[in-house]
Amino acid sequence: MKYTQELCPIVRKEQLNQTTFRFTVASREAVRSMKPGQFANILVEGKTLRRPISVCEFSREEGLIRFVFEVRGEGTAILSGMSEGQRMDILAPLGNGFDIRPDERAVFVGGGIGVPPLLGASAPCGGNATALLGFRNRDAMILADDFRANGADVRVATDDGSFGHHGFVTQLLAQRLDEAPCDAVYACGPKPMLRLTAAEAEKRGIRCMVSLEERMGCGVGACLVCACKTKTPDGGEKYLHVCKNGPVFDSREVIWE
Amino acid sequence: MSRLNITLCGVNFKNPVIAASGTYGFGREYNEFYPISRLGGISSKGMTIREKAGNPPPRIAETPSGILNSVGLQNPGVEHFIREDLPWLREQDTVIIANIAGGTEEDYAAIAERVNASEVDMVELNISCPNVKAGGAAFGTSCMGAERITSIVRERCPDKPLIVKLSPNVTSITEIARAVEAAGADAVSLINTLLGMRIDIRTRRPILRNNKGGMSGAAVFPIAVRMVNEVYNAVKVPVIGLGGICTWQDAIEMTLAGASAIQVGTVMFTDPYAPLKIIDGMDAYLAENNISNISELIGQVQLW
Repeated sequence: MKYTQELCPIVRKEQLNQTTFRFTVASREAVRSMKPGQFANILVEGKTLRRPISVCEFSREEGLIRFVFEVRGEGTAILSGMSEGQRMDILAPLGNGFDIRPDERAVFVGGGIGVPPLLGASAPCGGNATALLGFRNRDAMILADDFRANGADVRVATDDGSFGHHGFVTQLLAQRLDEAPCDAVYACGPKPMLRLTAAEAEKRGIRCMVSLEERMGCGVGACLVCACKTKTPDGGEKYLHVCKNGPVFDSREVIWE
Repeated sequence: MSRLNITLCGVNFKNPVIAASGTYGFGREYNEFYPISRLGGISSKGMTIREKAGNPPPRIAETPSGILNSVGLQNPGVEHFIREDLPWLREQDTVIIANIAGGTEEDYAAIAERVNASEVDMVELNISCPNVKAGGAAFGTSCMGAERITSIVRERCPDKPLIVKLSPNVTSITEIARAVEAAGADAVSLINTLLGMRIDIRTRRPILRNNKGGMSGAAVFPIAVRMVNEVYNAVKVPVIGLGGICTWQDAIEMTLAGASAIQVGTVMFTDPYAPLKIIDGMDAYLAENNISNISELIGQVQLW
């Protein structure tokens, strides 16, 4: 059985800023076969649809999974109201995740709430990783110190210039790609950011993997709602599905619209 | 669990719980949670004669106690199913129902012929998909259209028991049920989704890229119970009840309303194990009440 439904006790709850929470949960089953970049579909009390939340970090040895999410609507608001000791009902591990080689010179590009899955993904790369993180402003900045603690070269951009580079994170990407060699780019964030990230990488011939979001149903590839338009090898177009074929796609496959 | 064993249109089911079309793919994904042989049957994702791309996303929106979807019959085409999925499904020891749809009469005729020559156990004719422009509900919302498509499929698919899936988006579902019965349906299943719409007040745009979608989930359950009961009283062929069934109590209620079997769909998104819990709960209920078989309860509601 590839998928697990597990009731995971919340061992630690932290509020990272006004709207962002970090939950550390204990897991025996789901964590065993987990990969960076995968997600869990989390039950929300009183709601029909679970909420897909990306895995921020996990430790197989300690049996722990960390989720970092932003309160965006009713569902995430209810989730954020859960307390330590309560149990999260998760379906996991879902999706394909990132395939990362620890020895590659990898650049991670994250925007806002797209930053969390890159933390666990970049950890194995240690000092080989560059983390380019974009936020609305200084208050929205999350996890920068965690990336630093893993050894990554961290550079931050904010839309209003209240911290780091005043502008887009993709400008930091262009700068980084021009100053030193890079084997691969891994990105997660809003679609316009992903599209620009893909363009910067592709024009330099660098492999770029993007983690996409779409409104989701089952989370396992059965209901086909979370469609993402992609190119087929024969030059056609096809809807693949973020939950099963993704959430991570090769940027050259994605049709941005 | 012989208490749950039923025969429907000559086909034996180990229990009356069937995965509803569109929520369960071709069973492979849920087989990664539990052996799908636990289910009485599986109604496949709606299939068309050729591959269909489906509608642009977003294709889903949450509603109070339910969802709207506008998938638009995305499927790999019936040949792909027969080649890639059916041989595997055959090994899973559950009843396989091919859900078929089309845009034109010719499409329905072609796919009916194709599934007739395949190894599926039954056919469920979808004339009620609200998410496609051509065909689908366009046929299923008039008696004449429903009767015509049923006759065509009946003729081209003489060897498989034929279930016709009905749309609730009609003035009188009993008239449509009678029409498809007269045209040769061996059973009817209802209800398909109810047309709905949601709007994002910030963008003033519908949440669904297709503007409208089909509503399902717990919210539609009372409507489904009412319609199943009306149709049960209007036709002689068996009725398969679906629409918002979430618990074993719902399944018993639907049976009392007149359902010979039930389908479980949207609740799968909340709990992939829901069909198993429903099966176990129904069996325990029958045991506690000394009912030797579920069929004793079909249509046993005492109307006031």
